[in-house]
Amino acid sequence: MVTIYIEGKAYKIKQGQNLLQACLGLGFDLPYFCWHPALGSVGACRQCAVKRFKDENDTRGEIVMACMTPADDGTRISINDPEAVQFRASVIEWLMINHPHDCPVCDEGGECHLQDMTVMTGHNYRHSRFPKRTHRNQDLGPFINHEMNRCIQCYRCVRFYRDYAGGSDLNALASHDHVYFGRFQSGPLESEFSGNLVEICPTGVFTDKSLKSHFTRKWDLQTAPSVCVHCGLGCNTIPGERYDELRRIRNRYHHQVNGYFLCDRGRYGYEFVNSTQRIRHPLRQAGSREEAKLMMETEALELAAAMLADPGKVIGIGSPRAFLESNFALRALVGPERFHAGLSDSDFKCLGTGCNILQRGPVPAATLQGVALADAAFVLGEDVTQTAPLMALNLRQMRYGKSVRIVSDFQVPEWHDAGVREIGQLQSPALFNATPYPTRLDDEAMRTVYAAPHDLVRLGFAVLAALDASVFPMPDVNDAMQALANEIAQALLKAERPLLVAGTGCGNPALIEAAANMAWYLGRKGSAAAFALCVPECNSLGLRLMGGLDLNSAFQAIDEGRADTVVILENDLYRRADAQAVDAMLQKARNIIVIDHQQTATSEKAHLVLPAATFAEATGTLINNEGRAQRGYAVMPPKGAVRAGWRWLQMLMKAAGHAGASSWLRLENLTADLVKDMPVFQPVAGLDPKPAMPTPGGKLPRQSHRYTGRTAMHADIDVSEPKPPADEDAPLAFSMEGYDGRPPAGLISRVWAPGWNSEQSLNKFQSEIGGPLRGGDPGRRLIEPPASDDIRYFAMPEQEILPGADEYLLVPIHHIFGSEELSMASPGVARQAPQPYLALRPEDAPVGDGEQVRLLVSGKSLVLPLKLLPGMPERTAGLPDGLPGVPKMVLPAVVKILGKGSIEK
Amino acid sequence: MEKPLTQNIRPDGTPLNLAEYEKAGGYQGLRKALTQLSPGEVTQLVLESNLRGRGGAGFPTGRKWSFVPMGDDVPQPKYLVINADEMEPATFKDRLLMEGDPHQLIEGIIIAAYAVQAGIAYIFLRRAYVTARQRLKQAIEEACAKGYLGRNILGSGFNLELYLHMSAGRYICGEETALLNALEGKRAIPRSKPPFPPVVGLWGKPTAFNNVETICNVPHIIRHGPVWFKDLSRVPDGGTKIYGASGKVRRPGAWELPMGVTIREILEEHAGGMQDGLTLRALLPGGASTDMLTAENLDIPMDFNSMQEAGSRLGTGTIVVIDDRTCIVGLLANLMQFFAQESCGWCTPCREGLAWLTKILNAMEQGRGKPEDIDHLRLHTRLITLGRTFCALAPGAMEPLQSALMYFEDDFKRHIHEKSCPWRDL
Repeated sequence: MVTIYIEGKAYKIKQGQNLLQACLGLGFDLPYFCWHPALGSVGACRQCAVKRFKDENDTRGEIVMACMTPADDGTRISINDPEAVQFRASVIEWLMINHPHDCPVCDEGGECHLQDMTVMTGHNYRHSRFPKRTHRNQDLGPFINHEMNRCIQCYRCVRFYRDYAGGSDLNALASHDHVYFGRFQSGPLESEFSGNLVEICPTGVFTDKSLKSHFTRKWDLQTAPSVCVHCGLGCNTIPGERYDELRRIRNRYHHQVNGYFLCDRGRYGYEFVNSTQRIRHPLRQAGSREEAKLMMETEALELAAAMLADPGKVIGIGSPRAFLESNFALRALVGPERFHAGLSDSDFKCLGTGCNILQRGPVPAATLQGVALADAAFVLGEDVTQTAPLMALNLRQMRYGKSVRIVSDFQVPEWHDAGVREIGQLQSPALFNATPYPTRLDDEAMRTVYAAPHDLVRLGFAVLAALDASVFPMPDVNDAMQALANEIAQALLKAERPLLVAGTGCGNPALIEAAANMAWYLGRKGSAAAFALCVPECNSLGLRLMGGLDLNSAFQAIDEGRADTVVILENDLYRRADAQAVDAMLQKARNIIVIDHQQTATSEKAHLVLPAATFAEATGTLINNEGRAQRGYAVMPPKGAVRAGWRWLQMLMKAAGHAGASSWLRLENLTADLVKDMPVFQPVAGLDPKPAMPTPGGKLPRQSHRYTGRTAMHADIDVSEPKPPADEDAPLAFSMEGYDGRPPAGLISRVWAPGWNSEQSLNKFQSEIGGPLRGGDPGRRLIEPPASDDIRYFAMPEQEILPGADEYLLVPIHHIFGSEELSMASPGVARQAPQPYLALRPEDAPVGDGEQVRLLVSGKSLVLPLKLLPGMPERTAGLPDGLPGVPKMVLPAVVKILGKGSIEK
Repeated sequence: MEKPLTQNIRPDGTPLNLAEYEKAGGYQGLRKALTQLSPGEVTQLVLESNLRGRGGAGFPTGRKWSFVPMGDDVPQPKYLVINADEMEPATFKDRLLMEGDPHQLIEGIIIAAYAVQAGIAYIFLRRAYVTARQRLKQAIEEACAKGYLGRNILGSGFNLELYLHMSAGRYICGEETALLNALEGKRAIPRSKPPFPPVVGLWGKPTAFNNVETICNVPHIIRHGPVWFKDLSRVPDGGTKIYGASGKVRRPGAWELPMGVTIREILEEHAGGMQDGLTLRALLPGGASTDMLTAENLDIPMDFNSMQEAGSRLGTGTIVVIDDRTCIVGLLANLMQFFAQESCGWCTPCREGLAWLTKILNAMEQGRGKPEDIDHLRLHTRLITLGRTFCALAPGAMEPLQSALMYFEDDFKRHIHEKSCPWRDL
C-alpha cells in the first residue's frame, strides 16, 4: 500500500497503479478517453490531466497526464486545480471541434462516454467557427455500423482490435486531423471479436448494427443479468428488451470469466429469441407441421397426461442447451433410470471423461482469467477460436503477460501498454497449438502443428513421456514429433502457471485424457497447473454432471419396445445422432412430446409440442466449462403460453399425477430438491444474491429509473397501466419501481452511475479498477480439486478407426458462425457463416478448389464443393460441424470420395 | 579558421569517392578508434570534446552514448540510428554534408557504432534527398567493398551492417521515437518515455541515436583529440557548426563557422546583409520551430546556452530572415499549416489545436479574422506546452507564434481591423 494526496488529503491505495486508476478507484470523477482498464495507458488523448506537486511546499506544480504517471508513494496531485480544469476543458473543446452534434440521431446517445466526459468537464460552447471535417463511412458487415464523423481519435478501437484481439483488417489510416479508423476498403470485419468495438468506442463511431434494426435507447431497455447460451464458457451478458423483443446483448463484467469482452456469436446470436421459427403455442401434430393444431394449455396438459399414463414406458431426453433445472425436472418426470442426456455419442464420452477428470484430478479447471495469466499453454486438438472464442482471446493475452514479466527489468509499469508492447514486441508467448487443421490462433502460437486426432493423442503422450519417461514411455513417433514434444515439455516444465487446453472439438476423449495427464503431472510437480476443458454448449457440463444414459440406449429402448413415449427437452436430435437412427426412433415411438422454443427437424415429428421459454424469458442455472454454476435471469416475462422448460415439466408431472412436483411453484423449490438429490450441485442453492436493502417486494427493478413510455406502451389495449407481471423465480421485478442503488454483484442489470451513463460506469461497480465486482464475482464453482494425491494416469488408446483406400478420416471443422444451432437464426450470423464444403489438403484433391465433389459419409451420399485447405493432415477430410446442409457426423468416421460431383436437382 | 566538416567539400558539390576521401585523411579516425581505442575510450573522447547534438536539442553526445547498456549480457543486437530526416523548414545543413562528403558520415557511423557496440546501423534519410541517397548508396558500397563495413572491420573483430532507409516523408519522423516506429514499419507516432531508446529502442533493443552533423564531427575528434575540437569553438560547446541563412539576404547559404559566432556575423559577413531596400524585422534562429528574435538580438552568440538565455533555441542553426515586406501573419499561417499537416494525429492538442490555429491564421490573412481570434491564438500558446502534448512537435509550433504575438501583436490586429492583409500589395 502507498499513500497519495489528492487535494491535500491522504489516501491509501494499492501499489503499482497509475494516477488515473487510483483516482477512479477512489471514486473521483476524472475524465479520460484513450485509457481503458483492459487496454492500459498510452497517453494519446491528454484528457486526464491533473496537477502534480513536488512536495507540500510546491504551489506551482506541473500538469501531468494521470494515466501515464505512476501513483508512487507520496505523490501529491490536484484534480480541481484551475489550470488542470482549464486544460481538460480545452481538450474536450478540441475533441468537439469536429464532432457532429448529432446526439439525438446517434445510437450511442444516452450511453456515450463522450457525452458524459463533455458534461463532466463543463464544455458547452464551441468557439471554433470553421467547417467540420467529414469522412466517408464504410460498410463493415452485418455487426458494426460505421460513422467516422463522430470519431475523436482515441485509438481505442485499433488498440483493442489489433493489439488485444489480434485482428489485422482494421487500422488507423491517414494522419493529422484526418486520421481515419477503418478498413482498407469496405467489407465485413474479420475478427471474431469485432462486436466489442461497440463498447470500446467511447462514442458513436462503431455501433451495434443489429440493435439499429430495432433501436432503443439504453434507458428504455428492460435488462437483467444473463449468461450467454452460445458456447460453453458462460460469458456474462446483459440482454436488453423492449416491446417483447430482444434488442441487443451487452457485456456483463465478470472478473474471472469474460472480463470486459464478448465474442460476436455471443453478442449477435440472440435473434433466435425474436425468430419467426419460435414455437409460441402448444401444438398437436400428426407427423408434420402443416397439420399442426393450436391447443389451449389445459387441452395440451390433458393430452400429455394421457401420453404419460404408463410411467414405465416413458423416457426423457435432456439437453445441453437447457437450464440445469429443466433437465432436472425432466429427470424427475421420467426417473433417473429413464433419463437420457441428449448428447451426441462423442460428446457423451468426451464430457464424461472431462467431468471425471475435473472431479477426480488434482488440478483445477482454468478460469478464463487464469488462461490469460498462463505462462505456457498447450492446446491439444481444439480449434479454440471457433469453439470457445473468449478462451482464444484470453490465450492471446499470454503475450502481454510475458512482456510484463520482462518489463519489470526496465522499470516500466504493467499498465504502460505502449512501453510493454515495445519491449515485448519480439516475444512469442509459450503457446503451442496442435490442431487437426489450420486455425485462427496459429499466428499467435510459438509452434503450430497440424495432425489427425489420433496423431495429436500420440503427441500428447509424447509430451508426457518427455516430461517424465518413468510416467509414460516415449510412444512411437517420428523425430520431428519427438523434438516438438521435448520443446513443449521443456516450456511446460519451466512455467509457473502451465495450462493444458483440450475439448470435445475432435470428438476424441483420448485428447482430453492426454491433456489431463500432462496437467496432473505438472500440478503434482508443484506448479500452479490448470486444465481448460472446452465444451460445446452452455450447459454441456451441467447436463453431463447430472448423469443420465446415452442417446443410443434411448433409441434401443424405443426399438426394443421397453418404452413407447419420449419427452424431448429443447433438443434437435438430428444434431446429435445419425439421421437414420433418429428417424427410426421417432417413427416407432407412439408418443413424442417436444418442449422447445425453436421449430426443429425433431419438433416437426412430435405429436405434442409445448412452447418453451428461451434464456431471455426464463430464469435458471447453467454450468460452464470450468464447472461454474451461474444464474441467468429472465429479461422479459414469457408471453402467452410460453413457459420455462422446467415449468412445463412441473405441469406435466402434476397432470400425470406425480406427487413430488406440487411443491415446485418457484425456482427455488426446485433448486432445493435438485441439490438434495444431487450433492454435486450443492453450490447452486445459494446462487441468488439477496439484496441487502429493503425494497418493495424485496426485488430490484429490471427497468432503469429513466424508463419511458410505461403508461403509453399498452395504451392501444388499455389506457390504465397494467400491473407489472409477477416473477416468482428471481429477486428482480419487471418494473422500474424499487431500489436503484448498487445491486449485489450477481444482480447487476445495467451499469450506471450519476454522471456515468456509458458502460465505463463499471468503474463504480468494481472493488478495484479491473478487479472483482464489489461483493465478489457472481457464480459458484461446483468442483475444486480433491485433496487426494492418488493419480492414475490415462493410458494411450489404439487408433479406433483407420481409413481404407479412397477414404479419409473425417474431422469436424468448427465455425464460430455456423456450427452453433441457435445463433444461426440471427441474420447477421447466418450471413457470416460459410456454405457447406468438404476440405482436403491440395495434395489429396481430386478436383480443383470450389469444384463439386461427390462423397459418402455415414452411409449417405452427398455433393459438396471442395475447399483446398493447405495444412490439413494427410488422409484427413474436414466437414463444417453443425452447419445446416451438412449431415451430423457420428465420430469417429471416414469419408469416401466417389469422384467429381454434380448438383442433383 | 579550420573547417573540419566541410574541408573536403568541393565548390561544385561533387562528392569525394573512397580513394579521394582516404587521400584527404579519411578513415584514419576509424583506424585509430578500432585498432587503438576501446569502445569506452571512444565515448570518453567524445564526452571530453563537449560535442553536443546538432539535431536541435543539443544533448551531449558522449553522455547519450553512455546510456546504451554495455557488456555481454545486454540484449542483442544493438542499433545505431542516424537521423538524416532533415525536414525542419529552411534547414539544409545535413544535406550539404551527405551530398558533399558521404564517407565522412559513414566513417563517423562506424566509430559511433563501435563506441556503443551496435551491430546494425541505419541511416534514416529524408524522402526528398534523392541526390544524397545516390551518393550515400555509392559510398556505402565502396566502404563495404573496402572492408570498412561488414565483418571484422580492420581486423578488430567488430562487425557492422549499415542500411540506408528512405523515409516515406513525414516531418514527425525527425522525432527519434517516431522514427523508430517508422523504421519498424509502424505508424510514425512518437513513443512515450520511459522507456528510453538507449535501453529500449528499435525492435525493443538498445539503440543509439544521432544527427548527421553530430556524427560527422566524430572522426575528427578521434583523429585530432578533444582539446583540438574544443579549441575550434568560441564557447564551451565544442567544435564548429554549420550555420545557414535563408530569406531575403544577399547571399543565402550555409557556412561552417566556429560554434558561438554572433547572428550579426552570420548575416552581415557571410550572408551579405539584407537585399537592397529591405530591413530586417525578425528572424527565426534555428529553423521554423524556434522563437522569433528581432534586430535587437543580433549580437547574441549562436550557441545552445546563449540562444536559450535570449528566449529562443539554437535549433538547427539555420536562420530564417524575415524582412519588412513579408507579412508575419502570412508566414505564421504558412508555418502552422505545415505543422498541422505534419502532426501525426496521436495526441489531441497537436492534432486538433494546430488545425484550428491554421484555420484562424488563414482566416486572418484572408481578411476574415475576428477580434477574439487573438485570444484563441494566445490561449493555445499557453495550453500547448511540453508535457501537455505527447511530443515536442506542437510546442515547437507554438514558439514562432508566441514570439510573434509578443513582438508583432499589432500586425495581427491590423489584419483583423483592416479586413485584409496590409502587406498584400507591398
